[in-house]
Amino acid sequence: MTALLEVRGLRTAFPSASGPLPVVDGVSFDLNRGEVLALVGESGSGKSMSALSAMRLVPKPGRVVAGSVKLDGEELLDLPVTEMRKVRGGRMGMIFQEPMTCLNPVVRVGTQVIEAIQLHEPVSTADARARALELFAEVGIPDPDQRLDAYPHQLSGGLKQRVMIAMALSTRPEILIADEPTTALDVTVQAQILSLLRDLQQRLDAAILLITHDLGIVNELADRVAVMYAGRLVEVADREALLSDPRHPYTQGLLRSIPALATPGEPLPEIAGVVPSPEQWPAGCRFSTRCPKRIERCAADFPEETAPGEGRRVWCHVQDAPATGEGA
Amino acid sequence: MNDTEPLLRVSGLRTWYPIQQGLMQRTVGWVQAATDVGFTIAPGETLALVGESGCGKSTVGRSILRLEQPQEGEVLFEGRDLLALDADAVRAVRQRIQIIFQDPMASLDPRMRIRDQIAEGMQSFGIGADEGERTDRVAALLERVQLDAAAMDRYPHEFSGVQRQRICIARALAVEPRLIVCDESVSALDVSIQAQILNLLRELQDEFGLSYLFITHDLSVVKYLAHEVAVMYLGEIVEQGPTERIFEAPAHPYTQGLLAAIPSIDPTRRGAAPPVLGDVPSPSNPPPGCHFHTRCNRVMDRCRAEAPTLVSIEGGASRCFLSAEGEGG
Repeated sequence: MTALLEVRGLRTAFPSASGPLPVVDGVSFDLNRGEVLALVGESGSGKSMSALSAMRLVPKPGRVVAGSVKLDGEELLDLPVTEMRKVRGGRMGMIFQEPMTCLNPVVRVGTQVIEAIQLHEPVSTADARARALELFAEVGIPDPDQRLDAYPHQLSGGLKQRVMIAMALSTRPEILIADEPTTALDVTVQAQILSLLRDLQQRLDAAILLITHDLGIVNELADRVAVMYAGRLVEVADREALLSDPRHPYTQGLLRSIPALATPGEPLPEIAGVVPSPEQWPAGCRFSTRCPKRIERCAADFPEETAPGEGRRVWCHVQDAPATGEGA
Repeated sequence: MNDTEPLLRVSGLRTWYPIQQGLMQRTVGWVQAATDVGFTIAPGETLALVGESGCGKSTVGRSILRLEQPQEGEVLFEGRDLLALDADAVRAVRQRIQIIFQDPMASLDPRMRIRDQIAEGMQSFGIGADEGERTDRVAALLERVQLDAAAMDRYPHEFSGVQRQRICIARALAVEPRLIVCDESVSALDVSIQAQILNLLRELQDEFGLSYLFITHDLSVVKYLAHEVAVMYLGEIVEQGPTERIFEAPAHPYTQGLLAAIPSIDPTRRGAAPPVLGDVPSPSNPPPGCHFHTRCNRVMDRCRAEAPTLVSIEGGASRCFLSAEGEGG
């Protein structure tokens, strides 16, 4: 069976004085029907740009320079612009970190959802309004009838996020792309939105491509996880396997440096240095400049993909054996 | 801690912002940013002030530095009430209390070399005999925050976010402060980088006997760095106590909810119901009675009408009727 969304060899670059500068550099993954795949990484890892590339929303002057993105076997990168527009907001819905990037501040939120519905389906305004009302109730907006007539600024951050989710769901998408959907929210509201997304995902059986920097959110929502570093994937695994037994030194470092897990009285394990910018990417493994386990060949050769266990892919010359006990 | 005098003692602090309207700028209401806030910070220790957006934590930090003008209260620092000082005296105190913000780019001057930014404060507070001595000190400070001394000849835009935060730390240290207010100082950093700055802050604390007022929304950072925690909600401290007690036996329902809302990375634990429902109400119109009653899962009739006071509990204080009755947590 083919995956719902199949991304292969994706490369996205921005022009620069010294030639095209890659930000996504050969990324391949599958998003299966009804699953939540998390793309995880720090800033500059290319996780958001990978998702934007798949939706053909790379901000200019950047562009996808190589690769393939297939939705149900159909190549999206070759689709005419008008067709692609129907796919976005149709079969693919989007949720962003900042709701105001997709809500118009001077239009009532109900009107915006009604317009989104009518853009993709020839339904009457009355029917679309009824549908919008259902959607508002579905995403847990209290007093949905009144809220339809509210302007975005009259709603709290959590409610705006719910409106955006309602809008993304308005065309019953098969894929929801959620880019840091809770990062701007307070932690108590974040817990509500995570719970909502989990419920909706199960109820609607939609696939979610979740982009996040937070491994706690990964644990709450994801089925599978793809860890990115400097434009490349470094490890892909099931959620439980990745969190309990990370194999790539970068994944291990990321998990260990979470302050909540620190041993009292001891310094927090750090990953030394900073994420290199694309101009400074090393020739071999991108993580080799910061890796505590690097060996000579890491700086020279990019590691090939290995499959050390079911459903797991790791790009590393010096992988740990399963039970080193270091991952904790 | 009773035998040592605290470095900072804040009591009864109230900072409200007027909401003004119309031609005459008539005051029609108040944003109740901070009400009856009190705490102490011991020398060489860290107090974390935590809460969600709009809880007033940053207002408290700014009020202590007199960047805001509180209406009431006392801020005793090294025995002097900062709120009673005139502008010149406040300036002098700012040598002893420094602040580090979330966005280092916003607090560094883009057109000034790093050396001059760090030396500026030293010069105005008379630290270092001459330019040469100050330059030596800038070099030593940069190296202490793990930057190359050559960085002093460069400009802020030539550095990454975390390097700029190191520069801000070096600049704060330059004037030999005793207290540093860290306002979301690590919140914008990636987790692997955040660990570097947290470790650095802790080393500097041990080395120079610094105290920190650490203002943050992120409780996992608090656990690592703070000795004491004060949790704020809608302008009030709802619970305070030693870090370990707060994390192990939170007394106030809001603290309990806040802790339970942090997504765990334990793969065997997920899918818990959201512990606190609804959104934070507006601080310009906080709910009557207990400010938290609209979202509290243990609300009683009394909470809607009557405001609980902060009462002592074992290991701190809690602003909840349940704690007053000795059945909290």
